[in-house]
Amino acid sequence: MSINMHPNRLLQPSAIVRHAVLLTTGALILVPFVWMVSLSIKPPGEIFRASFSFWPAQIYGVENYTKALTEAPLPRYMGNGLIVCALILGLQILVCAPCAYALAKLRFPGRDLLFAMVLIGLLLPHQVLSLPLFVLSYQLGILNTYAALIFPYVVSPFGIFLFRQFFKTIPDDVVHAARLDGLSEIAIVWKIMVPMALPALAAFSIFSIVGHWNDLFWPLIAVRDESLMPPPLGIMAFKSEESGNDYGPLMAASTLIVLPLVVAFLAAQKWFVEGMTGGAVK
Amino acid sequence: MASVSIDGIDKNYGATSVLRSVSLSIADGEFLTLLGPSGCGKSTLLRILAGLEVQDAGSLSIGERAVDNLRPKRRDVAMVFQSYALYPHMTVASNMGLPLRMRRLSTFQRLPLLGRLLPGTARIAAEIDAEVTRTAKSLGIGHLLARKPGQLSGGQRQRVAVGRAMVRHPAVFLMDEPLSNLDAKLRVQMRAEIKELHQRLGATFVYVTHDQAEAMTLSDRVAVMLDGELLQVAPPQEIYADPDDRRVAEFIGSPKINMLDGVVRERGLIDVAGSTLAIGADALAGAHLTLGIRPEAFHLAERGGPGALTGFVRMIEHMGSDLFVHLDLAGGDHPLIARLLAERAPDIAPGQTLHVGVRPDRVLLFDRNGRRLRQEVESGRASVTPIREVAR
Repeated sequence: MSINMHPNRLLQPSAIVRHAVLLTTGALILVPFVWMVSLSIKPPGEIFRASFSFWPAQIYGVENYTKALTEAPLPRYMGNGLIVCALILGLQILVCAPCAYALAKLRFPGRDLLFAMVLIGLLLPHQVLSLPLFVLSYQLGILNTYAALIFPYVVSPFGIFLFRQFFKTIPDDVVHAARLDGLSEIAIVWKIMVPMALPALAAFSIFSIVGHWNDLFWPLIAVRDESLMPPPLGIMAFKSEESGNDYGPLMAASTLIVLPLVVAFLAAQKWFVEGMTGGAVK
Repeated sequence: MASVSIDGIDKNYGATSVLRSVSLSIADGEFLTLLGPSGCGKSTLLRILAGLEVQDAGSLSIGERAVDNLRPKRRDVAMVFQSYALYPHMTVASNMGLPLRMRRLSTFQRLPLLGRLLPGTARIAAEIDAEVTRTAKSLGIGHLLARKPGQLSGGQRQRVAVGRAMVRHPAVFLMDEPLSNLDAKLRVQMRAEIKELHQRLGATFVYVTHDQAEAMTLSDRVAVMLDGELLQVAPPQEIYADPDDRRVAEFIGSPKINMLDGVVRERGLIDVAGSTLAIGADALAGAHLTLGIRPEAFHLAERGGPGALTGFVRMIEHMGSDLFVHLDLAGGDHPLIARLLAERAPDIAPGQTLHVGVRPDRVLLFDRNGRRLRQEVESGRASVTPIREVAR
């Protein structure tokens, strides 16, 4: 009560401490990004100057960004990223939603065992599987193609888990009503469950896109052809081959690559938080 | 329209037996209520009927057609759920139209964009829209068609759920506690509307509830279920006045029926709570019985003795026209509730001694296993005149 009756809650000592902690953490996370943006608009001489300043003395942004866009095939890398991320996400939803529906709403022998295996899949880091996946890709003859970048991620244990948790919160009666209305099980997944699980879908989409847009490890193994490289791998190639110590254009390229993710996250922020917390409380 | 026959249905969940050899036949156009406390298996039976659960034994037929192996869609039944189970992402019109779209349009015609270009789609879709609108208007929700369920009140959602069932013209309506999420006033109103709907449609209704008022007011027949068994299936008046089983008598009626232990003294006389009632029981002298007496079967008596029960007034509840008088009987620790007309019992006060008489033909006798014992009415001894006079 006393907190509510206080004329200015933000001036409470506990509130001040809380905000100080939040601001410090936020600043720590933000500093590298701000530094990146700052470097991307500085001339080469200023980057290695001993004195520290976020704001450049001389704006060198146009030159850096032009160089980033022209000297390396950055648009090509980003196009690759877009194709790979979109296909991965589409296929993941196509596979995960029916799996999650079966695990959440159907009764069959072995269901709990299958779900336990999904959970184990969730625990395994992807790097552990890279060698078998590499051999498998080689055997299938898909190394150095888009397929090699996409297929290891099509089945996502995280996606299955997230959708399953969300579908669990949808009452069984809705599924029963849909069956009586004449929907097949597949139609129930796509017409009823997935539209009702939009917050989970949005959260998963962000996770998936961010994860695969930023992924460096597997593309490094799977593709060699520069025209197939997704953005982070492209940047690495760009750094070693083209720029040497030319950090300005490199940071400009990095900024350009991060930008779509920031925009996408801000646009879907509301759903993202809802999807993350929605499954937790129910 | 169709009759329904349920024959020897068993259902177990693991080691728990939920339904034990339930058999029931429901006439075409009948309104049958499955009544029982929660957990008695009534909803499970309804779900089995709908095809949402599979029975472990027994068979079902709807309109002379065995439906055991048919999917829910093919059974020609529609169900209204307690939670309404509307699709929150669809408008009221889409909710109500979905069952028709699934039945009348082919898979290709239902495709999002392409479907509209196929021949016939537009005509069928227009027909569906017209039917949905007509049904919605008949339920008084015509103006809500463009809204989503989240924007509706409880009563409106209820109507949409009923509309979604109605629009298909099913042979059998299944209703699973459809009114229990509504507030008391709306419940009484919707109860009347459901009854009207049944009379208008003439379809067979199977209605599940734990609310005896709904069961008594709506039904042609009530099937009382307890612990997975059907105890009695009969019209409401009969369930109330002539129950077959002690548990049925105790479940129906508010306040609850009074149950008193008695011993047969001799043919035609039963000792109960320090008094003797003239009731012809088909039992030997010395047999222990339970007497079930409805609160309203009592009337004020001038003095105690044979034919009347005597007790101390513990509490009085005024209900307007009636009084519920709580008595502690003298001959034992039986609590008893008598419902007396307020005008006939003007000055009863807690703590006083009260004599209440009871008409022998209003006493229900149960044996020690809870089975009903019929009184020997044909001998004429059930209504022993002198004792009745004493009671007055």
